[in-house]
Amino acid sequence: MAKISYLQAISNALDHEMGKDEDVFILGEDVGKKGGVFKVTAGLQEKYGELRCMDTPLAESNIVGTAIGAAMMGKRPVAEIQFADYILPATNQILSEAAKIRYRSNGDWNCPIVIRAPFGGGIHGALYHSQSVEALFSSTPGLKVVIPSTPSDAKGLLISAIRDNDPVLFFEHKKAYRLLKEEVPEGDYTVPIGKADVKRKGEDITVITYGLCVNYSLQAAERLSKDGHDIEILDLRTVYPLDKESIIESASKTGKVLLVTEDNLEGSVMSEVSAIIAENCLYDLDAPIMRLAGPDVPAMPYSPLMEDHFMVNPDKIEKKMLELLEH
Amino acid sequence: MTEIKMPKLGESVTEGTIERWLVKPGDTVEEYDPLCEVITDKVTAEVPSVAAGTIGELLVSEGETVDVGVAICTVEAEGGEEAPAAGEDAPEDEVEEPAPAKAASPAKGAEKPRGARISPVVMRLASENDIDLNEVQGTGFNGRITKKDILKVIEQPAEPKSAPAETAPAAQSRPAAAKPSVRAGEEIPVSGVRAAIAEKMVQSSTEIPHAWLMMEVDATNLVNLRNSLKNDFKKDEGFNLTFFSFFVKAAAETLKEFPMLNSSWQGDKIVVNKDINISIAVAGDDKLYVPVIKNADELTIKGIAKQVNELAELGRAHKLTSEHMSGGTFTVNNTGAFGSVQSMGIINHPQAAILQVESIVKKPVIVDDMIAIRHMVNLCLSIDHRVLDGLVAGQFLKRVKEKIEKISAEHTSVY
Repeated sequence: MAKISYLQAISNALDHEMGKDEDVFILGEDVGKKGGVFKVTAGLQEKYGELRCMDTPLAESNIVGTAIGAAMMGKRPVAEIQFADYILPATNQILSEAAKIRYRSNGDWNCPIVIRAPFGGGIHGALYHSQSVEALFSSTPGLKVVIPSTPSDAKGLLISAIRDNDPVLFFEHKKAYRLLKEEVPEGDYTVPIGKADVKRKGEDITVITYGLCVNYSLQAAERLSKDGHDIEILDLRTVYPLDKESIIESASKTGKVLLVTEDNLEGSVMSEVSAIIAENCLYDLDAPIMRLAGPDVPAMPYSPLMEDHFMVNPDKIEKKMLELLEH
Repeated sequence: MTEIKMPKLGESVTEGTIERWLVKPGDTVEEYDPLCEVITDKVTAEVPSVAAGTIGELLVSEGETVDVGVAICTVEAEGGEEAPAAGEDAPEDEVEEPAPAKAASPAKGAEKPRGARISPVVMRLASENDIDLNEVQGTGFNGRITKKDILKVIEQPAEPKSAPAETAPAAQSRPAAAKPSVRAGEEIPVSGVRAAIAEKMVQSSTEIPHAWLMMEVDATNLVNLRNSLKNDFKKDEGFNLTFFSFFVKAAAETLKEFPMLNSSWQGDKIVVNKDINISIAVAGDDKLYVPVIKNADELTIKGIAKQVNELAELGRAHKLTSEHMSGGTFTVNNTGAFGSVQSMGIINHPQAAILQVESIVKKPVIVDDMIAIRHMVNLCLSIDHRVLDGLVAGQFLKRVKEKIEKISAEHTSVY
């Protein structure tokens, strides 16, 4: 197996599915000729032609609407929103159409679309290029929201998302694109949607997180393991709907839970995770559920100092882990 | 008026049970007069008065268990004078830390107030496992009891003082008590020494995987030697030269050769004891004491006989203290004393083995292809199979057998 980046793993999955299934096609801003602003779709238009890797106007509602229409005609579109921050014009298409087609038609119609979008901060992108938007879509039944934390998961989950018969939002952490590298299984490789994954087994505390924070948490856990602390890290992978079973199992096991997200603290995906634990694990809890998240401010600051202050990082996680360990 | 408090009988002891009051209200007592018998684990100790005067009130009734430092009775000092607080010292050798006993307990109680932060999982585990949270040492923030702290207590319940004497034996005896078809006679409350014995036995028999073996030993030479000496010995020394002393001596010597029999299972390690301290069983009425002959390998047969005699007398008088009963590394049990010819002893936790010396009986045996009448005795050995295997146990027993059979007037001296 070759060691490839998170970004290459995503390209790899797209290429694999396009080669395998003629109904799979890509549409989005600059995805064709330019190969995407991050180069995720580089070379795909040359390989599969303009109609299967299609440049679109700068109109997100149009991109998603087109994808929904094509999906209903039997295609498997993969729409790219250049930055997750710009997904908002398409919200109506996603929440009111894509998510509800199967329900509204009593199962006669379904909507097999994937919407890919890079999200997250730490890349000096300020307010329009750094947001975490997953919570906005994580209360709408009919949608699936997937956020991979490793190159392998990125490939396996994207292939699963393309093959899924319902709409899947696929958020990629843009700082992870070239930061994370690992050996990724070649060829046909899937990871199930809706299943969380224990990225590190431990007995002392449980850290539940997703996205780039998984990597940060692993770094912090590794440091603390040198002092004999045994930390479990549960990667949600799918933030909607949540894998309740895995959350309950891990939280009950250690009785001490830290929830980490880069999103703003209030109303984040972690608020729901916290509720699941509170409802199901009270008599197994040995400490209050703790959360580490971005502050409740309107956007990621542009100033590097302020951005650092906003972002979750391994140091902050380590400090919080220690607080919980010592509780 | 002076309050008499429950003394601290040993390092790890936090409470004591009043076995019996020796005084009643209105009695006049001198300083150091015994007031009551107190039981902890296997020790019975008398609590002496710290002042001369008249007994006021008995604050704790017989059979009741109270924490160390709790007032158990009051003494009205002679002439109404306050007794000096310094007299708080409790009996000599039974008490290892007398001074702090007075203040320690109430202060400790206040450190862990009812309002302490107890997490849901700790509360659940404590109630499921019947654990008193006041006895659990917290290692969390501000001394909070964490889940790990309580799991540690659940996993290592060995320390017998934490389990109130009543609970374990009570649970054990329940099936018997529930039989309705048998007409119930007298009900004997399980407390004190009986409860301590029961708890210790349950611990020994559940925790230790026992294995047994027995060897038949020709004790004719021993019987002849001892019979030839016993009258003069009694006259000279004032106590009996017992068969048992010879067996204790032989066992102590052989333990030197097979130190594994003189060891102790300690969870993740086996501790081989340097000293050879032989525990012996001494009965006193309905109670059983297990005092210790320290460094038995260094004593002559006379020295051992003397100690056996002294310990037995103390036992019958219920005067054995924790000092007498601690430190044993191997037990020799004189089961023959009540006519037994074969028995399977329960090992005295945390020792690794127990040797039962059975009755010496005359039997026809084959010697040099002829039938002879010999004095035979069975030696029964129980071993902790975690520590010992059959081979070393057999070698040990065989060596004891050889030593007993080789006893003779020429080679064996009791002095």
